[in-house]
Amino acid sequence: MRHALVEINGQPSAVTVDGERLRRADGEILAADPVRWLPPVSGTVFGIALNDRALLESHLDSFNQPPYDKPPAKPVLFIKTPNTRNGHLGSVARPTGERLQPGPSLGVVIGKTASRVSEADALAHVAGYTVVNEFSLPEDSYYRPAVKAKCRDGFCPIGPWVTDATEVGDPSGLGVRLTVNGELKQEGNTANFVRPVARLIAELSEFMTLHEGDLLIAGVPAGRVDVQPGDEVAVEIDKVGTLVSLVTEEDATRKGDRS
Amino acid sequence: MKHARIQHRGEVLDVTVNDDGNIVLADGKVLDADQVTWLPPATGTLFALGLNYADHAAELSFKSAPKEPLVFVKSPNAYTGHDGYSWRPDGVDYMHYECELVAVIGKTARHVRRADALEYVAGYTLCNDYAIRDYLENYYRPNLRVKNRDSTTPVGPWIVDRSQVPEPNNLTLRTYINGELKQEGTTADMIFDVPFLIEYLSGFMTLQPGDMIATGTPKGMADVQPGDVVDVEIEGIGRLRNTMLSESEFFKNAKEQSS
Repeated sequence: MRHALVEINGQPSAVTVDGERLRRADGEILAADPVRWLPPVSGTVFGIALNDRALLESHLDSFNQPPYDKPPAKPVLFIKTPNTRNGHLGSVARPTGERLQPGPSLGVVIGKTASRVSEADALAHVAGYTVVNEFSLPEDSYYRPAVKAKCRDGFCPIGPWVTDATEVGDPSGLGVRLTVNGELKQEGNTANFVRPVARLIAELSEFMTLHEGDLLIAGVPAGRVDVQPGDEVAVEIDKVGTLVSLVTEEDATRKGDRS
Repeated sequence: MKHARIQHRGEVLDVTVNDDGNIVLADGKVLDADQVTWLPPATGTLFALGLNYADHAAELSFKSAPKEPLVFVKSPNAYTGHDGYSWRPDGVDYMHYECELVAVIGKTARHVRRADALEYVAGYTLCNDYAIRDYLENYYRPNLRVKNRDSTTPVGPWIVDRSQVPEPNNLTLRTYINGELKQEGTTADMIFDVPFLIEYLSGFMTLQPGDMIATGTPKGMADVQPGDVVDVEIEGIGRLRNTMLSESEFFKNAKEQSS
């Protein structure tokens, strides 16, 4: 089953998705076309950087030098703040004067409270999987927290839906593809994670309780590309879905706050 | 006015605190402070500053103060309220407190100029931004394993209205372990002040009501051990108490509460 959150008459509404049809809890059927897709999760979003083997290996020479001195011993984590959340078919603004890069990743949606769970029990705490596009400015350093690169408004499209964990089965071995205007630009596979999903949950829950609705951005493959205003960017993950985002130019004329 | 959030008879309530330190419910009923469980007074994203006092930067062997704020992000699993419990992991060498002034955002802020910034502050609270130096790694430093651990950032007890804190840049900060003064400094020594930080952050992202900016700590670090009662205090804001537990005590209590 696929679970989504859509806006109907200005109100968020939980639906299940069956092909082109959306079914509300009260049984009413809607067409997918005219709705606005909202992010299907609302908890804390934790990202895992450098979780793709090829990406990590590409940096190992520099990671043995200052300021790093040695490769990371534990998962390299960041937080995507709530202002970054964005839905399927949402637009992502390229900040004026900056380069913008999408980050295709499997999203792991926590289904029940996980504190200090073992790797063997970890997947029992997963409700399902979604698609994430972890937009970022290019990172030329991993030394300091990447708040300015990663916490901009709309920089975390999530969706279109959460596919039940039982339907996906083993979360390793899923192909992850990024296309820009229909052309394949970046490719990875969840089999290439440095730490597979179960191990991530075990290591994170050792010191942070994961709650229902929290989301892990499990790992972006090597080879991030730049995208331009006007581009249509899609992330496709086997068995999970395809998440589309539209790149726009930041409104440089906007001054003062929006309220 | 002082605004707090408490749990009382299983309910989460927004309350005020009167001049005698008693809690006033929405219906006017007054409760003793020790009858309730204090919750963090806000639940948005907490932005925290590293190395924001020149003397503390020197204490940590940084040769020069940072040119740009060193900002990292915390999520709500890390927060705990006044009179709550934090925990020291088994086998670590050095866990220290950090007494910090926290500005709480009162309205949506984007592209706010420094001169207007304080209009976006609802009020001030304080936090104790505990850190475990054993877990520092040189990736996204300070990393989540140091700074985003469950219940290891006490926040509170309350938010004092901005109008009652006319000089946020001239307040004395103090930390006590078991009643003994261990740290003393003044917010006058802050490198990047609250208006600067609001301009900086809102220059690239939207700040939401309930978001918090913890402004860093002056010098005077000391180790904390299980059993220690740690009070952080800021003149005109309040005094935030926390008791340290061992790892096993903390998780035994957590397990009992959830069963």
